[in-house]
Amino acid sequence: MLALAPQDLRLDVNALDHLILALYFAVVVGIGFAARRAIRSSSDFFLAGRALPAWITGLAFVSANLGAIEILGMAANGAQYGLMTVHYYWIGAIPAMVFLGVVMMPFYYRSKVHSVPEFLRRRFNPATQLFNAIAFAVAQVLIAGINLYALALVMEALLGWPLWVSVIVSAAIVLAYITLGGLSSAIYNEVMQFFVIIAGLVPVVVLGLIRVGGFEGLGRKVRESVLGEGGLHTWSTTASTDNPLGASWIGIVFGLGFVLSFGYWTTNFAEVQRGLSARNTNAARLTPIVAAYPKLLIPVVTVIPGLVALVLFSNLGKEGGPAYNYAIPLLMNEFLPNGVLGVAVTGLLASFMAGMAANVSGFNTVFTYDIWKGHVDGGRPDEFYVRLGRLATIGGVVAGIGTAFIAAGFSNIMNYLQALFAFFNAPLFATFIIGLFWKRMTPWAGFWGIIAGTLAAFAVYIPYRAGVFDLGTDLNASFVAAGAAFAVDAVVSVVITLVTTPKPEEELRGLVYGLTDVDLKDDSLAGDRAWYRSPVILGSGALVLAAGLYLPFL
Amino acid sequence: MLFDIRRILGGLFAVYGVILVVAGLLDGAEEIAKAEGVRINLWTGAGMLVLAAVFLLWERLRPKDVPDPSDESSGDA
Repeated sequence: MLALAPQDLRLDVNALDHLILALYFAVVVGIGFAARRAIRSSSDFFLAGRALPAWITGLAFVSANLGAIEILGMAANGAQYGLMTVHYYWIGAIPAMVFLGVVMMPFYYRSKVHSVPEFLRRRFNPATQLFNAIAFAVAQVLIAGINLYALALVMEALLGWPLWVSVIVSAAIVLAYITLGGLSSAIYNEVMQFFVIIAGLVPVVVLGLIRVGGFEGLGRKVRESVLGEGGLHTWSTTASTDNPLGASWIGIVFGLGFVLSFGYWTTNFAEVQRGLSARNTNAARLTPIVAAYPKLLIPVVTVIPGLVALVLFSNLGKEGGPAYNYAIPLLMNEFLPNGVLGVAVTGLLASFMAGMAANVSGFNTVFTYDIWKGHVDGGRPDEFYVRLGRLATIGGVVAGIGTAFIAAGFSNIMNYLQALFAFFNAPLFATFIIGLFWKRMTPWAGFWGIIAGTLAAFAVYIPYRAGVFDLGTDLNASFVAAGAAFAVDAVVSVVITLVTTPKPEEELRGLVYGLTDVDLKDDSLAGDRAWYRSPVILGSGALVLAAGLYLPFL
Repeated sequence: MLFDIRRILGGLFAVYGVILVVAGLLDGAEEIAKAEGVRINLWTGAGMLVLAAVFLLWERLRPKDVPDPSDESSGDA
């Protein structure tokens, strides 16, 4: 085993690696310029003209979630919690993604809304839209800033770039390609990022496995490590909380698999937006389902490197050693010669930018449609809103840079904020699911339900952080907070519904289950009937695969 | 309709593939030893060339992103 000091993080990059990185940046900005020529209306800018096939929107969907915080963080979790980390990918994502595609996407897509808050306005009222839009916009800017700060920290450690250089350069690139090409540019770049990220990580995994003696050798060494036998199981140790994750199966199934996961995947506009840009209802429904398949396999390039790093570097995550988050960069440094090293660095940078671009393109849409057009000035011609969308992009990126520098000064506060956003969507999911299946639910029930649910999440989480009461691990605390938010939202929604007036059925056509909009024509293309384009069949396939993948690691 | 992303992906990975294959052929003993005795640049480069070929062939065989050219809805190029 090797013992490493923090200064060993510096990668030995040369001109070849920089060439690979520079080529990538050039293509990213080039896509922005090329996409710009196709923009003629606000629908082109904010919804990519609603013309994309499912494989593109699907890969963009998975890429929007594949930020570097996610990659480095999940490798860190792999080293810290072992194979239980796969719960975040399988039970914690796949069922919700399939549910979004099969059940919810037809409502989002066919109602022709631009955003999740706009759907809330149609189903409930403008006040609900405004609350959700402002909460979302603020969250996206803060998350973009946190992303940017994390990127700068990693680049400083790996390449020695000063913090502000990384922040300005990557913000400028994201700004350029989204201002130019809008959502289509963001989505095309996300597809490209997906392949570059994977191309950069696969060599790390292969060489790491060769070093530790393949899967068998890795298993043996993990057993001998601090994780022990528990690091190789996913379910069999969850009867109690005596396992690396500190969570029981109830917490994993209901907390992670239901409340947190369904909240995030089905109502987070930065994800749903990818589906809204698809060319027809079927492609929109397939978007999260196509994304589910790569999602199933991503643990191969995150959790495995985490475990390899754990058994190779004796002081990983220990006092004086490198942080768990540096598991992947440490392996890059250990194994990759110049060339492939450049691809891996490019992949990491690409994933930081993918995360930030998803935040920014979600932000500009919500700001333009839901805040400005909906509540400030709605009567302008279409070109006005395209211009406003571009200005909002600039504003969002500048605010993100500001947040990044604030984060540099108060990194603890940022950690808490980020944890808060993790369950921000739980109350929203309760509102959606009740509103979708219960036509009686009233507009004001939507509004007060979300407010009460959000406050409940804060009411649990902030005292926990302040040490007022103990909830075990951070993970458990987020389960409890999200669960409370969900339950309070549901109860408040039902109570308010009983004392307020519902919307007339006519206004709810196409927005509630069972009330179909007869005026909507079928938009399916020839070929959509084939089994390999059926959301239900492909979705079921993803669920079966997820269950099957657990079998060797019970 | 926008330009075809498959051509960009094919192009980028073709260039990356060539760069890595050349780098892999020029790699000395030190680089190979670092990567556990594997010519990793060469292999990754070859993999990228295959990926590039798949995207470019796919684009050639199915030029449009629609299943059936007859029902393409938008008329603009």
